[in-house]
Amino acid sequence: MEVLTSLGHGFAVAFQPLNLFWCFVGVFLGTVVGVMPGLGPAATIAMLLPLTFSMPPTTAVIMLAGIYYGAKYGGSTTAILLNVPGESASVVTCLDGYQMARKGRAGAALGIAAISSFIAGTVGVVGLMLLAPPLARFGLSFSSPEYFALMVMGLAMVVLLAGKSMIKALLAMLVGLWIASMGIDLFSDASRFTFGQSELLDGVDFVIVAIGVFALGEVIGNMEKRGEGTMLPVPKGLRNLLPTMAELKACRFAFVNGSIIGFIIGVLPGAGSTVASFISYGLEKAVSKHPEKFGTGVPEGVAAPEGANNSETGGAMVPLLTLGIPGSGTTAILLAAFILWGLRPGPLMIQENPDLFWGLVASMYVGNIMLLVLNLPLIPLFAQILKLREYVLYPVIFGISIVGVYAVSSSLFDCWMLAAFGLLGYVIRRLDYPSAPLILGLVLGDSMERALRQSLMMSQGDLGILVSRPISATMLILAVILLCLPLFRRANAWRVKALEENG
Amino acid sequence: MAQSKWIKGDVVSGAVLAALGAYIVSEAWRWDYSTAEGPGPGFFPTWYGIAMLVLALVLMLRTAFSAAEQDGKTTDWVGIGRALTVWAAFTLCIVLMKFLGFLTALALLTLFIVAVMYGRPLKVALAAAVGNAAGFYLVFGLALQLSLPAGPLGF
Repeated sequence: MEVLTSLGHGFAVAFQPLNLFWCFVGVFLGTVVGVMPGLGPAATIAMLLPLTFSMPPTTAVIMLAGIYYGAKYGGSTTAILLNVPGESASVVTCLDGYQMARKGRAGAALGIAAISSFIAGTVGVVGLMLLAPPLARFGLSFSSPEYFALMVMGLAMVVLLAGKSMIKALLAMLVGLWIASMGIDLFSDASRFTFGQSELLDGVDFVIVAIGVFALGEVIGNMEKRGEGTMLPVPKGLRNLLPTMAELKACRFAFVNGSIIGFIIGVLPGAGSTVASFISYGLEKAVSKHPEKFGTGVPEGVAAPEGANNSETGGAMVPLLTLGIPGSGTTAILLAAFILWGLRPGPLMIQENPDLFWGLVASMYVGNIMLLVLNLPLIPLFAQILKLREYVLYPVIFGISIVGVYAVSSSLFDCWMLAAFGLLGYVIRRLDYPSAPLILGLVLGDSMERALRQSLMMSQGDLGILVSRPISATMLILAVILLCLPLFRRANAWRVKALEENG
Repeated sequence: MAQSKWIKGDVVSGAVLAALGAYIVSEAWRWDYSTAEGPGPGFFPTWYGIAMLVLALVLMLRTAFSAAEQDGKTTDWVGIGRALTVWAAFTLCIVLMKFLGFLTALALLTLFIVAVMYGRPLKVALAAAVGNAAGFYLVFGLALQLSLPAGPLGF
């Protein structure tokens, strides 16, 4: 009952004309960046973050979150029409979506993607609404040692963001910690890693690193090549975008599967929407009566991954808003945005900022409806974005990046740092270092050091305080288990290999 | 041609990160490791610096002494050259911003990208450059009233 009352209050916030307008702008921009291959929601949010500083925080959060979940809708368009995922999570949609399009069912595939995204996106928000308050209440019992353990657990999630090499992920995270400790020390007046530059005394602004590593790194990397795919024709008219009853019937289980799997994977920090869509697709195929048809253009092969990657957004908001733990690059940037606005995502977030939390939840319901309305009839219009040439788009991104950084501080020094972080972003991509752990280290580094030092002050330097309290001990054990996971996997691979060699 | 395993990206990046780790530790030793109240400013950097040094050495040595000398991938130096050229042009744009103003510098960057990097006709490149600068002026200068570096011509 309390949840419904709070949600009602949230709708009152979300329906304010200003919030409705920016929610629409957010989901619209999200759809646009989702459609465009090579520009993800993380880069877009990073670029637009400085422009939201003059907005009320609730409005800004509603808009940026709209970009986040809106991009998930848009990603399917490119996957289906071009066989190129507009967003990494849509990679699985290519498998059956593009095949459906080749068979002349592009409209149905786009329609199923939009309907599934709507159903699962809404389920994800319901899950967020029901799970976040009890988790936040649990978090209220935390003190510095628990916060430190939580941050360690957050950083241990790097294992799940690691990609091919765990060592590289850990190194990227340590570079993030290093950048986070630049500037004047939190507890003393020592200036650390400032290289004699007064501009670095306040530390490195997160916006510069995020725009440099995500937006510039991505664009510079994309400019290595200039290949363009062949787009299949987009069917015109709403009727041609609606799937048949038989297709909808075939997707029944996929809608449920995508919604539930996506939300669960989303709550687990680090897994991300790409993993969610792969698992959901795999499960759909495993329980299907005709698994051999997957990959040839079956509607449930579109519905399951598209649902999962949308429901994942609601799930990912749970640890972000209640514990302050981001599970992906995009949610790490959202966390930084909260901090820049003077908000502190964590157990007190719902109590201290009910307008923001419930307004955001309600706006996600509204945003999902906006996306369904936008995505069904306007798909042909969004598809035109794919005709935009790279040489038109990339200079615009460069310009927005400079404006984004310069708007924060009016400092050319920060623009120089932007160029440096842009090069870093490109280099780490080129060398297969994942960028999400770097952002994770940068966002959590400051809080982690503060929590550790406060804990050791509480115990007069006794490290035992970190393991003598049950919650922090449990979280530290979980962190160790997480960090050891790759070793277990490797040991298992060796065992399997040895068994095979022994016949 | 086979690439020497000593100049592989992982070895070089490992060496750079090992040097960074060593630098972090050496800097951290200049600050208090602990104070009467608890850990000092050198405490945290010492530990993550050591971790960085160790992990970077592991990465470097593991790659250098791995059995597989060639991973079958060839390095796309042309692509890398294109990317670094764009980055250099972007950096030059920031330098020029101070003297020519943001809009002119951005127009020049756009001109370079369209004409040189994408080999489009000069007319197209000029139209893109002017259009991009005008768009930024309308959105950020006029509509949002953002203060951007101005050149001798006042924009």
